[in-house]
Amino acid sequence: MVEALLLMLGLGTLSGVLLGIAAKAFYVWEDPRIAEVENCLAGANCGGCGYTGCSACAAAIVAGEAPVSACLVGGPASAAKVAMVMGLEAGAAEVLTSENTCTGGHRAPEKYYYMGISDCRAAALLYAGAKECTVGCLGYGSCVKACQFGALSIDPKGENIPIVDTEKCVGCGACEKACPKGIMQVRTPSQRILHMNLITDRLAPCRQTCPAEINIPKYIHHIKKGEYDQAYLTIMERNPLPLSTGRVCPHPCESACRRAVGDDEPVSINQLKRFCSDWVFDHKMPVKIPVAPDTGYRVAIVGGGPSGLSAAYFLRRLGHHVKIFEWMPDLGGMIYYGIPEYRLPKAILHQDIQRILDLGVEVKTGVKFGVDFDLESLVGGGFDAVLMSIGAWNHASARIPDEDKVKGVIPATIFLRRQGLGEPNPIGKRVGVIGGGNVAMDALRTSVRLGAEKVYCLYRREVKDMPANKVEIEACHHEGVEFITLCTPTKFITDDEGNLTGIEYLKNELGEPDASGRRKPVPIEGSETVLPLDNFILAIGQNTDSSFVQKEGTAVSRLETYRGSIVGDPDTHQTAISYVFTSGDCAGPPGLLVAAVGAGRRAARGIHKYLMGEDMAFPPTRLRVDSRRMRGHIPGTIFDTIEGIQKTQRASQPELEPGSYERQHTFAEVDLTLSEQSALEEANRCLRCCLTCYDPDVPAW
Amino acid sequence: MTHYILLAISAILVNNILLIQYLGNCPFLGTSKRMDTATGMAMAVVFVLTMAGIVTWILEYVFLKPFGLEYIRTIVFILIIAALVQFVELFLKKSIPALYAGLGIFLPLITTNCAVLGVCLLNIQEEYSFLEALVSSVAYPIGFGLALILFAGLRERVLVGRVTARRKTDLTLVEKRLRERYTIGRVPGPLQDVAIGLVMAGFMSLAFLGFKGMI
Repeated sequence: MVEALLLMLGLGTLSGVLLGIAAKAFYVWEDPRIAEVENCLAGANCGGCGYTGCSACAAAIVAGEAPVSACLVGGPASAAKVAMVMGLEAGAAEVLTSENTCTGGHRAPEKYYYMGISDCRAAALLYAGAKECTVGCLGYGSCVKACQFGALSIDPKGENIPIVDTEKCVGCGACEKACPKGIMQVRTPSQRILHMNLITDRLAPCRQTCPAEINIPKYIHHIKKGEYDQAYLTIMERNPLPLSTGRVCPHPCESACRRAVGDDEPVSINQLKRFCSDWVFDHKMPVKIPVAPDTGYRVAIVGGGPSGLSAAYFLRRLGHHVKIFEWMPDLGGMIYYGIPEYRLPKAILHQDIQRILDLGVEVKTGVKFGVDFDLESLVGGGFDAVLMSIGAWNHASARIPDEDKVKGVIPATIFLRRQGLGEPNPIGKRVGVIGGGNVAMDALRTSVRLGAEKVYCLYRREVKDMPANKVEIEACHHEGVEFITLCTPTKFITDDEGNLTGIEYLKNELGEPDASGRRKPVPIEGSETVLPLDNFILAIGQNTDSSFVQKEGTAVSRLETYRGSIVGDPDTHQTAISYVFTSGDCAGPPGLLVAAVGAGRRAARGIHKYLMGEDMAFPPTRLRVDSRRMRGHIPGTIFDTIEGIQKTQRASQPELEPGSYERQHTFAEVDLTLSEQSALEEANRCLRCCLTCYDPDVPAW
Repeated sequence: MTHYILLAISAILVNNILLIQYLGNCPFLGTSKRMDTATGMAMAVVFVLTMAGIVTWILEYVFLKPFGLEYIRTIVFILIIAALVQFVELFLKKSIPALYAGLGIFLPLITTNCAVLGVCLLNIQEEYSFLEALVSSVAYPIGFGLALILFAGLRERVLVGRVTARRKTDLTLVEKRLRERYTIGRVPGPLQDVAIGLVMAGFMSLAFLGFKGMI
């Protein structure tokens, strides 16, 4: 026994001494920072960084082969410590987080009763799982088991869908690998910005329809829970102008609302958007919008309208340097100079824009493309890509003789722009506006406020055919506008000095339906009628002033145009010049604000992919919905009938009293924000739809 | 001479340490996903085991046997192998940095590898002479390396796990081409990774049983 102890002690001492000597004798100088860096790492030896063990990772960091944020498990805290050791800026490396994209769970109906192994991958082998929905969560929690960090939980008695604890998630991607349905998605904020709706995604009908692809059920769910800042941030993932959109959007999403299928009114989605965004700004809630590390690329945006601002916002978030060049004194484009104060107060729009500029977007106002600068000077100024989002500021002709000579005939764009600039905008007592779109409605209601006594709306079809928002037409009725439908103005009547005194118009009858499905108006011969007017406003459409492409010998002359619009790829928004992109009204027929915002994000994606040298084309699974005609949804997601709906009252739009002084004579905002109480009630009407399942009011199964 | 050749063949094929004696299974599964790590591991085992076999044999016949201390053989061997590996690591780092870098993390990892300890104990159990112990200490790890490299070659060709889009970008172009060309087939979800690895190890073990009649 004693010998054994002695031997062990002897051998131990001998080894210790020998190793000690060897450590001295074979000493190799090693960067002391390696040991320091290793102390900052998680020490899990997990291999998540791609190196064999933490010491190899530390050596790679010190050698400059790996970024300071290489350690996935340690996360930003470890990155900051390592950066301190290395004397480097940590940089806000993009955080990978996991997200559950399915809200199905127990409510999703099942095809058969599964009794096999409690594992999603095993369950998915049998007819792709028991759920009727082919892309839905199976609920056996393979992702929860795969997560090494306890960041996932699933409550079989609750909703039975995985819930991510973003505090614990390190973005290792194990859950995504374990999920046979691709529900768990581990992405950086940039990857989420670049993601376009796909037919394989789990999208509610409203979310498919929204031109900006906002995650509507998610933000309404946040409102339900009282997390207004989270709701706002959810909107900001897709739409950087929520205050403005919340006021003026004609909400195509609501037309697709599943509640409307069940003999009920749709959820007032847009009012909820306005409510939560207003709440965030009114209560000055701190909002942190993640911005990717700098890429070093610079992008020039010509035109600070909605699509330009949207593109600037998303490009900045993707890490590019962005500078907006605007020809007017203020940013906002048509929604600043076209939409009147009573619909969208300038102060509100400024708040939206300031939030975008706060991310570090540069602005230069009062410079016009083609006059003060052009493509050559932008490229010479070090810009790697240019986005043309110059809008549509020219008015279309009504084809009435002498329309640009007669005094008193004003294009609506100029009329509204004067108002927006705060210039004197004199108007007579009797005003006629031709057109049936939102611009015509704006001109009508502005005229009322400027003191016109009789305001007429002239339109060649019937009121129901007008493309303007229904609420706008209603508001015109409330404010005393008279509608003269089925008429075609043919002639201006003037006095001796060329001032307008009236117009002559022909009455129309409706003929055969045309390409848009509406019946074509045909003038009736001999039905001439005279309408005495002091002013006549043209609001029958706008087009883009792209005359700069005619200048020979300039780079910009290589751009293709079609009826004034700059031609670009509808997906990537790239034009004939590879580094020039186009989006918004100038890229096609002028459209909605929300469509311009969506186009801005697509353009940002195109520019980002172009700059980073990635594949620009959309995946073949891209979902393309025609929001205006309600076509192209994922098959089987638009129902004819729906079960389990109880009829509930839709929140009504609070507005200024019709006929009141403020309503008729000032530019005070007409539509008001919902109260918190009614917003919560309205949010509870949301069925939180997913692809096919939803939360019914009364359980149907 | 024939005796030593037979001993070597027996150690490499017939009594393969991994597939017949089932020692050292953790590195067998852990480092066989990629060929380069498998090669590194095989080299490290050959290197360490040769050293350990010699040192433990000397220790046994110089200290343990004369003093009747065979009963603490295992614990003494563990101590000696651990110290030896540390020493070798220090030595290599200074003198042969290229070899040190090649062996990488595997050198310290096999400090307590059961294959290493197993062979050292076998040498004593079989009462090998010094020369026999030397041959066996070289031949067994060669068998280990052979099995490991064969296994890694197989595992590389079976798609281990679903290749997600993010993972795909991690692969080099050569790896991508290799995967496209040599991938045998997709493995069903529940069998992926270690599960199919164990099944394959079982088949390989059956195949190696075929060497039984050689000697």
